[in-house]
Amino acid sequence: MYMEEKQNSQIFQDFSQSIFKPKTVEEISSIIKECYKKNIPLEISCLKTKKKIGRNFQAEKTLDLSNYSGIIEYKPEELYIKVKAGTSLKEIISELDKHNQQFAFEPTDFGPLFSGSNNEGSIGGVVACNFAGPRRFKVGSVRDHLLGFQGINGKGEVIKSGGTVVKNVTGYDLSKILSGSFGTLTVLTEISVKVLPKPESNKTLVIDNPHLLKALDYLSLALSSSSDPSGGVFYPEYFRNYFTFNDLTVGGPITAIRIEGSSNSIDHRIKKLCKELEIQSNDISILEPEQSNIFWEKTRSLQVFSELKNNLLRIVVPPSESFEVLNKIKVYEPKYFIDWGGNLIWLQLDNINQKILREIKEIVKIASGYVTAIKIEENLKASIDVFTIDPIKYKLTEKLKKVLIQKEY
Amino acid sequence: MTSLQMPKVEKSIISNKDKIVLDIGKITKKENILFHEDEVKPYETDALAAYRQAPLLVVLPETVSEVSSILKYCNENKIKVVPRGAGTGLSGGALPLEDCVLLAMGKFNKILELDYKNRCVVAQPCVTNLAITNAVKDKNFYYAPDPSSQIACSIGGNVAENSGGVHSLKYGATTNNLLGIEVVLMDGTVIRFGGKTMDSEGYDFLGLMTGSEGLLGVITEVTVKILKTPEVAKAALVGFSSIDDAGNCVSQIIAQGCIPAGMEIMDKALTKATNDFSKAGYPTDAEAMMIVEFDGTEHEVENYIKIIKKIAEKNNSSSLKISKSNEERLKFWAGRKAAFPACGVLAPDYMCMDGSIPRGKLAEVLKEITRLSKKYDLPVANAFHAGDGNLHPLIMFNANDPVSLRKTEEFGAEILKYCVKVGGALTGEHGVGIEKRELMCEAFNNTDIQQQLTIKIALDPNSLLNPGKVYPILRKCAEEGRVHVHGGKTKFPDIPRF
Repeated sequence: MYMEEKQNSQIFQDFSQSIFKPKTVEEISSIIKECYKKNIPLEISCLKTKKKIGRNFQAEKTLDLSNYSGIIEYKPEELYIKVKAGTSLKEIISELDKHNQQFAFEPTDFGPLFSGSNNEGSIGGVVACNFAGPRRFKVGSVRDHLLGFQGINGKGEVIKSGGTVVKNVTGYDLSKILSGSFGTLTVLTEISVKVLPKPESNKTLVIDNPHLLKALDYLSLALSSSSDPSGGVFYPEYFRNYFTFNDLTVGGPITAIRIEGSSNSIDHRIKKLCKELEIQSNDISILEPEQSNIFWEKTRSLQVFSELKNNLLRIVVPPSESFEVLNKIKVYEPKYFIDWGGNLIWLQLDNINQKILREIKEIVKIASGYVTAIKIEENLKASIDVFTIDPIKYKLTEKLKKVLIQKEY
Repeated sequence: MTSLQMPKVEKSIISNKDKIVLDIGKITKKENILFHEDEVKPYETDALAAYRQAPLLVVLPETVSEVSSILKYCNENKIKVVPRGAGTGLSGGALPLEDCVLLAMGKFNKILELDYKNRCVVAQPCVTNLAITNAVKDKNFYYAPDPSSQIACSIGGNVAENSGGVHSLKYGATTNNLLGIEVVLMDGTVIRFGGKTMDSEGYDFLGLMTGSEGLLGVITEVTVKILKTPEVAKAALVGFSSIDDAGNCVSQIIAQGCIPAGMEIMDKALTKATNDFSKAGYPTDAEAMMIVEFDGTEHEVENYIKIIKKIAEKNNSSSLKISKSNEERLKFWAGRKAAFPACGVLAPDYMCMDGSIPRGKLAEVLKEITRLSKKYDLPVANAFHAGDGNLHPLIMFNANDPVSLRKTEEFGAEILKYCVKVGGALTGEHGVGIEKRELMCEAFNNTDIQQQLTIKIALDPNSLLNPGKVYPILRKCAEEGRVHVHGGKTKFPDIPRF
């Protein structure tokens, strides 16, 4: 495949176009070299599913990787898949399905939020943004599943780190630094990701409980239990109508805990968990596998925000702080749901301004957490601070950026 | 000491020793500074005992602000600093330099917080790995990464080396179980990455620092996540009449969709030696022996055991024993954990390698090791973390015979190169240190190495923090690579190792 690529490779001669759609590493490298030489900012894009996160962004040229796609190597028995960065998650997942495997980190699907329908984007985007779904507290984030990469640094040089084996401590772990770097350090070209067998089955224990505090209690107990849950969320009552299932007999706000594994162990673990949580059978519903899958798919793809017009913040805090943070934020009349067993708050705000955002950031900062502005109304987009980074870390960030893009910026 | 080029010794620093002692004496208590020949001697090596070099002086700081001031002082005066935790590293990462201040973190030995609500432990860097599990085990929690030196190795060292252990296939290595660190950079800046939250914003410096082998910063505090102890754990001992069968069995277990908590293989030579050593009840007639452990609920574990039995039979297993109690399970492991000390009876010296390969290449790589063993006329015993493809071949030799030592080094380098050739890595968990430094060019080209070096320079412009480690000084890749153990005596001979 590599040889063929080299033969077909057409190094980009025409630099006048504003959107490049390279098909080979050589082409990508030559485009970046040219931009480096001419000092031209370059936007990296592919399926654009996360483009609307944070501020509006416009660069003189765009590097569109959607033509740089395809599975390079998939070894189910070695538990990894190596793909080109522009490959869509859809294509990868359909291949993994054939071998009953999955990406355990189940990436957040921003499709419903930004475009009204499911679209997880490309693997390059998933790695670059590092947003993991409900299983995060059990299996880690996207960055924990990235085994290695090949990419092009700011100077147009091909660099690599890691490989395809799970245990590898050779040199600095650049895979980590690129996960969640939003394409600001290196253009990812080839990505090797760990894959894992799908759990044999799963069910979801849904508890009918009206109080946030009690819900956080349940989640905390569940996550500290040997029943080993793989999802834990709380939805207040206003989101209840997004979850109409035959198996769901309870009404009002819901706490949902997912249990995955072999069929016979699931019932045993749910029973054990109910005992540990001291809940009565009339307060609970059990979602059978099919409905359980739909429930978590809706959670992972932020379905409750699919009609959201305004603002969505993503707040990560230590679970012990979630209640206090929400209590303080109450005055801004948010709508929210809690994921990651109490570690993650998705916060919808219909009315927001710089002052409110600053205040919320302060509240979260005191609780040792951070806020990411995922969706922000148009009139604030130009000025909003998307991230929360302290000044010392910012200084280091600048240094690191300089050595990877090899340029003052 | 085997010849290996180290950074140029600054004679002016050495001649300035008295002043340096005086200056640092203003930062920390005088008794925290060791400078007499006899005092610094114990710090001359880590667990890669073939390399020895006494430092200029040793400082044992007591507070983060002392660490910061010492680093700042050394940075301003261009004095090299080598950080050291418990000194159990197998790749020479804490080997001192003649003109360095050895920053020994031994006094940072307290657990600061047991936070069950956020399921984490905050500890100072020189708390041992096992002490963390011990501190939370009464509440049925544990810290997952379990390097075999866990009785003695420090959690800060684990972060610096990104240590693994037998459970990394299912539970990940240090980097996957770490929530936050406090680090002091070479210029004295104290900075926190991560904390008690999951992930953090901005570049993942936590991930970059983990496994950076003390080249980017000195770790002064660590926050790790703790897990609830599984309901049940059971282990199976399976004997095979050929190493091919054992290798195929490993691949098929994974292909079946099972992720064991641990999966180890030993060859006949090592099985026999360890069984003689620890009476673990191993099948000594088998050509290869596998220990496989599953954890979870009773039902789950029973299910897995059934699957294992079936796959083992299909692969011509010659024996199969399931642990009947937790004591028996631990006995199965006790043998494996004593594998390295047990090796002492096979030869006066052995060198432990640490390559990582795709699981499916196990049989192929073993055949190559056997071929090389004949080529070099040196016996070899093999232990593997088969589940995650991490090999630890032990080459037997006699260190008193210079020809034997040279041959062993060449043999080791050939094994590691072969690991890279089949798609693996130079080091799975021991780190590069000085041991595999000259082999880095096997894994990376010049651009890759230069890119990594620019990161080092960004954080430590004068290259004063742990210089000479990980990256080749000259871009010439010689054939080096060893863990040298004389007469079965490792740094901590009583500690079981992988």
